[in-house]
Amino acid sequence: MPTVYVNNQPVEFGAEERLNCVQAAQRAGVEIPHYCWHRALSVVASCRMCLVEVGQKKPDGAIAMQPKLIPGCQTPVTDGMVIVSDSDKVKAAQKATLEYLLLDHPLDCPTCDQAGECYLQDYSFRYGRGYSRLQEPKEQPPDKTYIGDQITLFTDRCILCSRCVRFTREISGTAELQIINRGNHAEIDIFPDEPCNNKLAGNVVDLCPVGALCSKDFLYKQRVWWLKTANSVCPNCSTGCSIFVDECEDRVYRLRPRYNPRAQGDFMCDEGRFGWKYVHGDERLHLPVQRDGGAAVSHDWDVVLPAARTALAEAAKRGEIAAVLSPWMTLEEAYLLVSYLKSLTSKLSLAVAPVRTVGEDDKYPKDVHGRTMEPTKFTIRAEKCPNRRGVEMILQHFAGSVMPMGDVLGRASSGAFTAMYLVGGDPQGWINEVQAAALDKVNTVIVQDILPSPASQRAKVVLAGGSFAEREGTFVNHAGLAQSIHRAIRSPGEGRPDGRILWDLAERRGLFSAAAVRREMADQVPALKPLLDAELGELGIKL
Amino acid sequence: MPINPKDVTWIKEPEIGFWEATFLPAIAKGLRITLGHVTDYRPVTQQYPEQRPVLPQHYRGVHRLNRDEKGRVKCVACMLCATACPANCIAIEAAAAPPDWPDRDKYPAEFVLDELRCIYCGMCEEACPVDAIELTHIYDMTGESRAAMVFNKDALLGIYDKTKDNPADPVRTARGRLGPASELKNLATLGPATTVERGDRAATAPSPGVIGAPPPETRNTW
Ligand code: SF4
Ligand code: SF4
Ligand code: SF4
Ligand code: SF4
Ligand code: FES
Repeated sequence: MPTVYVNNQPVEFGAEERLNCVQAAQRAGVEIPHYCWHRALSVVASCRMCLVEVGQKKPDGAIAMQPKLIPGCQTPVTDGMVIVSDSDKVKAAQKATLEYLLLDHPLDCPTCDQAGECYLQDYSFRYGRGYSRLQEPKEQPPDKTYIGDQITLFTDRCILCSRCVRFTREISGTAELQIINRGNHAEIDIFPDEPCNNKLAGNVVDLCPVGALCSKDFLYKQRVWWLKTANSVCPNCSTGCSIFVDECEDRVYRLRPRYNPRAQGDFMCDEGRFGWKYVHGDERLHLPVQRDGGAAVSHDWDVVLPAARTALAEAAKRGEIAAVLSPWMTLEEAYLLVSYLKSLTSKLSLAVAPVRTVGEDDKYPKDVHGRTMEPTKFTIRAEKCPNRRGVEMILQHFAGSVMPMGDVLGRASSGAFTAMYLVGGDPQGWINEVQAAALDKVNTVIVQDILPSPASQRAKVVLAGGSFAEREGTFVNHAGLAQSIHRAIRSPGEGRPDGRILWDLAERRGLFSAAAVRREMADQVPALKPLLDAELGELGIKL
Repeated sequence: MPINPKDVTWIKEPEIGFWEATFLPAIAKGLRITLGHVTDYRPVTQQYPEQRPVLPQHYRGVHRLNRDEKGRVKCVACMLCATACPANCIAIEAAAAPPDWPDRDKYPAEFVLDELRCIYCGMCEEACPVDAIELTHIYDMTGESRAAMVFNKDALLGIYDKTKDNPADPVRTARGRLGPASELKNLATLGPATTVERGDRAATAPSPGVIGAPPPETRNTW
């Protein structure tokens, strides 16, 4: 195997692998500081932060070092290469580079949103000289508050790494951003009236290694060191981007993409990034409800859950039950619900709520005319739900086929069912007034949802569930990748995560544990066998 | 680790003499001190509240939020005080500064400090990069309810207005904007947080070990 030596540590890499010095050093656990290089973007080697000493081991064992420092991001590693990143020469270069980058920098960290996750701070602390020798006035161009609807630019904080520019040229293809002027007057800017509003625009904020590009949505809302992070999956389309949910005191503040080569890669779209506001909407269902003849009689889980259980058991004795599952449920929740209802009766109709599709799959990069270019680097899918495939796998196993909700409602309006259990979850609504009218013919209607709907208004029992940020479980994306979501916050009011509701409804002992249900489910459903012994981990498992 | 016998010094108890064993000299000495106090008629009790104590300069009382030279709140809503606070009693709601404050990005839309929960440690004052929050000499704040002791921004600014002319609570700084963290009016320039290398030309400016500060008239421009 080809071997490269990083600070005297041998690092092996595959013959076909193309690594640069920064990546090879990462494998050895050595950090080579870098600003302009990003694994998803082209290499420009402009910031000079990654300068290292490079040499070659000769067959006779002698090492010939190159006299100049070389940018590690631009230098592919070869067999027998020697990289030195901790010599005095390299350290002096790092100090000098940082001093230059900070010459005109305002250093307003206390009011900068990036503080705490800023690479200027981190690298200055680790590699910098700690103080400035500049005695001239700093160049401080004014801020540009409109780079896009969601993006603002603190021009003076920019270090001109050009990551944002390359992103709009290479990934979104829309090329709104550019560097204008020269020398120390160079600035990031847009063409007049051509704001950066493409559907991937929010990513430039994550890419910016300093506090220059900021998200207007998050600006000044919270200091990042108070945020706690949960690994999750964006529920807004079936691409299933891996994300971080950043939360503080039961409030979600932002979503960020989490690198996952098996799912989407490095980025996420703005629909997902900003599409979580309903989680804290006032209209969320806060309380469970039990109704008798239209009037609410109880809001207490200890009353409502047993009432639901008794009503279902009685209805099962009298006739047929139907359940409508939602493509927003996790695998575990779908499994818990179906196996519970199966245990009540064999006369069970299972359907899936409509999968909302909007337009067609939206592929990036695009050219200036909006035409998709090859190769595709990011796809926003038309299917706006996280787990259609997973829920259909459960239904296939238990019912043999996947019935659409319309069929079940059609039979309901002719009075075929004694009870119906409907699960919602789609924040944009999943049932309309006309469809819900069919529920008037059903004696016992139980609705589990996060927002009120025509169905929940007709329900005898409403179970206030949790949004994606409040639940544990597994989503299966469009390509069959099973990824786990984790609970970041508690549900508002008396709401409970759906897994817990179903666990308690089925009168299982102990507390709901997604991992335990996952194991049981994988044991029973052959299509989910790969989940049996494996840890889903951060990247998920292909089914 | 056992103690090396060489490191141990043995001391003998002093011998007790005849008079010491009777305790009489010790009793006499004690009585003399007692009588000395009984017959000392100088008062030591302070007649509070008619008389008020003179507190040391570093006394830590109720907080104030300082104003800058234009009368605006000096605080830049960085939340470093709230981060430093061990009692977790500061809650700040930040917002973008009004458009007619060109020197500021951010300001506190609301600033709430729970004076009952506070332990008056002064960490907030130390953390503040613009010297916006300070502890005053006021120690006798009272309120009729718990809610009345949770001070908002206006209350804290009000304490500044009340105390700024008191010589015990001098306004020590003159600026409200960030830059070289906060300009000190009368104090000598401090050295940088990191060590300065010998032979560094920049470090030799005014005195050894101190980074050359720009002349005072240019200080506000960067
Ligand atoms: S970009 Fe980084 S170094 Fe610059 S002000 Fe913001 S936090 Fe500080
Ligand atoms: S705005 Fe940020 S990402 Fe763009 S060039 Fe400047 S520092 Fe780099
Ligand atoms: S004095 Fe101490 S406890 Fe009180 S607000 Fe300041 S940091 Fe918090
Ligand atoms: S540390 Fe000072 S400037 Fe920062 S929020 Fe507190 S009072 Fe305001
Ligand atoms: S990361 Fe290599 S030059 Fe910028």
